[in-house]
Amino acid sequence: MSSRIIVSAEINGEPTEFLADERDSLLEALRDRLGLMGTKEGCNNGNCGACAVLLDGRLVNACLVMAAEVDGAQLTTVEGLAREDRLVPVQETFLERGALQCGICTPGFLVAAHALLQEHPRPTEEQVRYWLAGNLCRCTGYDKIITAVLDAADRTDVASG
Amino acid sequence: MVAPAKKPYRVIGSRPVRPDGTDKVTGRANYGSDIRLPGMLYGRVLRSPHAHARIVRIDPSKALAHPGVKAVITQADFPAAEDVITDLGETASNLKWLVDNVLASDRALYHGHAVAAVAATDPHVAEDALGLIEVEYEPLDPVLSVHEAMAEAAPRIHPHMHTVEMLARFSPGPRSEHDIPNAASHLRLEIGDLEQGFAEAEIVIEREYETGTAHQGYIEPHNGTALWNESGELTVWLSTQGPFMMRDQLARMLKLPVSKIRVIPMEIGGGFGGKIPMYMEPMAAALSRKTGRPVKMIMQRDEVLLGTGPTSATYVRVKLGARRDGTLTAAEAYLAYEAGAYPGSPVGAGGMCMFSPYSIPHQRADCYDVIVNKPKVSAYRAPGAPAGAFAMESALDELAEQLDIDPLELRQRNAAVDGTRRIDGAAFRSIGNEAVMRAAEESPHWNSELQGENRGRGIAMGYWGNGGLESSAYATVNRDGTVGLVLGSVDIGGQRAALAMQIAETLGIDYEQVKPIVVDTDSIGYTAVTGGSRTTFASGWAVHEAGLEIRRELEARAARIWEVDAALVHYDDDGVIRGPEDRSLSFAEIAGQLHRTGGTVQGKADVMPEGTGPAFACHIVDVEVDPDTAKVEVLRYTAIQDVGTAIHPDYVEGQIQGGAVQGVGMALTEEYVYDDEGRLRNASLLDYRMPTTLDVPQIETILVEEPNPGHPYGVRGVGEVPIVPPLAAIANAIHQATGVRPRTLPASPRVLLEEMLPEA
Repeated sequence: MSSRIIVSAEINGEPTEFLADERDSLLEALRDRLGLMGTKEGCNNGNCGACAVLLDGRLVNACLVMAAEVDGAQLTTVEGLAREDRLVPVQETFLERGALQCGICTPGFLVAAHALLQEHPRPTEEQVRYWLAGNLCRCTGYDKIITAVLDAADRTDVASG
Repeated sequence: MVAPAKKPYRVIGSRPVRPDGTDKVTGRANYGSDIRLPGMLYGRVLRSPHAHARIVRIDPSKALAHPGVKAVITQADFPAAEDVITDLGETASNLKWLVDNVLASDRALYHGHAVAAVAATDPHVAEDALGLIEVEYEPLDPVLSVHEAMAEAAPRIHPHMHTVEMLARFSPGPRSEHDIPNAASHLRLEIGDLEQGFAEAEIVIEREYETGTAHQGYIEPHNGTALWNESGELTVWLSTQGPFMMRDQLARMLKLPVSKIRVIPMEIGGGFGGKIPMYMEPMAAALSRKTGRPVKMIMQRDEVLLGTGPTSATYVRVKLGARRDGTLTAAEAYLAYEAGAYPGSPVGAGGMCMFSPYSIPHQRADCYDVIVNKPKVSAYRAPGAPAGAFAMESALDELAEQLDIDPLELRQRNAAVDGTRRIDGAAFRSIGNEAVMRAAEESPHWNSELQGENRGRGIAMGYWGNGGLESSAYATVNRDGTVGLVLGSVDIGGQRAALAMQIAETLGIDYEQVKPIVVDTDSIGYTAVTGGSRTTFASGWAVHEAGLEIRRELEARAARIWEVDAALVHYDDDGVIRGPEDRSLSFAEIAGQLHRTGGTVQGKADVMPEGTGPAFACHIVDVEVDPDTAKVEVLRYTAIQDVGTAIHPDYVEGQIQGGAVQGVGMALTEEYVYDDEGRLRNASLLDYRMPTTLDVPQIETILVEEPNPGHPYGVRGVGEVPIVPPLAAIANAIHQATGVRPRTLPASPRVLLEEMLPEA
């Protein structure tokens, strides 16, 4: 049996301590150890973006980060986007624009779009496409996702959350 | 851009938020891999590293001795399978083959073929255990293309298999008089007199086309969790397009009555036809029986590409005859599609669909289903149609060029109309084919000028027949004036919304008053797969029927409340029940009185509707081809489609946009790359290259609405046909940009550069 490591991190604003297998990726730790199932596994090798999370504010694929690496870090997952019973604008515009079909890639897209809008509150379509290029969606052809992100940027309270 | 609706609907045609939306943007929605059960074990699959090999020996003893490993299974752990043809959605397959595909028996027939499975207390331990299972293989020569497979001296992958003559697409007949190595079946589709048709022609062209193996590419890997309890009852949680189809397959394979199996569909992360066959579910069941614990299995991405069904690589030869004015007189096709290791390619659909947008008096298609040492194909969005259309629509483009006729005009001159006979002899009725072509002709894209070097514009048509099949639904009137809508159809892309909208329309209530829920196989009547472009059509019929039953019940109830003759009471389309002397009750008012006037009212329906409306689409695309690298950039894309009635236009457009982009992938970047030994060399989403946000523009859609007379709200299936035209549309655009005609797809830079730089 491999050894276990105690990891302390702030996850979605909550100080959290968990026991990780030394081989656990952050994705495995989030899902299997912490029950945060919103972060999805699509490829487990960094190619699809379904497990995108923010690690100290930086957009990363959780499958490419070891769980032990996040000790002392701040993490935001899709579960941490909405605050106080309120969706953030990009969650709202995904719903209003029909920007998801099966929904499996949606958490990753939302986290990536959230990161984009924090960095560039008024992005161009080209910037949106660039920031979301690490996220694969097979259902939508991206059209309504791009529109939803641009719509979200037009909402004044974009900085909240 | 939407044409005006034919009927003044209240709910249909609007764009409400989907009922499952909030859960899906907050990460709360539970997909198959999100299930966690007490005492759960984790299963993994050991797969063949060889494309073709005899399995001499499997020794699990070292794995079983590893701490944490609870069980190992091979095919010997399943009941022996009889040879029976079992219906599997849009393709047919023999049970013996189906079982052998789940776990190899004496031979591994493709790289990635499952040979054993293990269950352990931890996913990492299960992974470790795979390396401890000893398998002795005796490698055999692989057969890797239809050309190799059908050659006279080819090794026969199934030594006892003979070519069968198909009587129709899904109806096998006798052994063929012309047995061809590895050809599982031959289907001839024919109308008219081909010789006469070519004799009438003033110009004849004949061309060959090939396409590579492409995968559906759903982002959620296959998953399945099984608990086989001490009473012999099996429960399976999973992501599937067809819970009942899965139950049937498991019952056949495990020799259990369907009543012993409960399939619980979780949210599903894409399917496109690929999440219909069973793969790990029976393994999870067998491991659960062996261990007495629930077993969860999730494929890794390489396993999805290696071990599940992609669509066929294809070879299609097409020959067209026409008069100088462009009138088509004859069309002939030879199609050979790779089935993978077991029979069941969608070649019949390829032959069935490719000529269908056109009125051609004399047609023939010879369709061969060919066994090769690659994964058994499964359905993929309009299965078989894209490759056939690539051939036909490319050849038509060449014909237009040779005759100096505008390519759209050539198609319009030959357009199939109501009454035109298809290649299977059936006549079209109420089709939107000409309307689609007219909308293309009038579209802003077609009328724009394409400027710039190395740029070209292509156009192509597509046809798909759409499905019907069984659907069940029931609806309960709640006291607060809402309706609980219980569905057997899995929601893979907005079906809850599309079905809630239809019953809201039937009942004259608001969309928000309907609360849809998808349930398991013990909780509703048989419902076929979410696939075949059938759900909004057939399950829409079911919810409409359930709504009509509620209307009748509420009329009777109102008559009783008012103490009048029921014949004088009418439920109007605005959701108000009206009786004599200006009496009226709104839906909410009568719903609130039900418990005091005789109890709950439910409507239920089990339907198997005929009357599916065929779908036609026309795609226009502009590309730019880099003259140095041959990289193709898609500049502008417009998809025009007859959608019948667009119930929820956002999701109709979404189907079209998504299908078009999958087609762009097939045309330009997606293919399985094999080495000479038949090993798949690009089993990752980095190397199997699906389009990203940077590879496609916004996809403009034009919805033509020719209501389907075979449906109460005019619904036609919309999901599949959008993947049919893109291959040829892009190939035709590349030709206009470069002068090179891509006849092998994907038109990767490697393939294109060879043609563009012949002297290099």
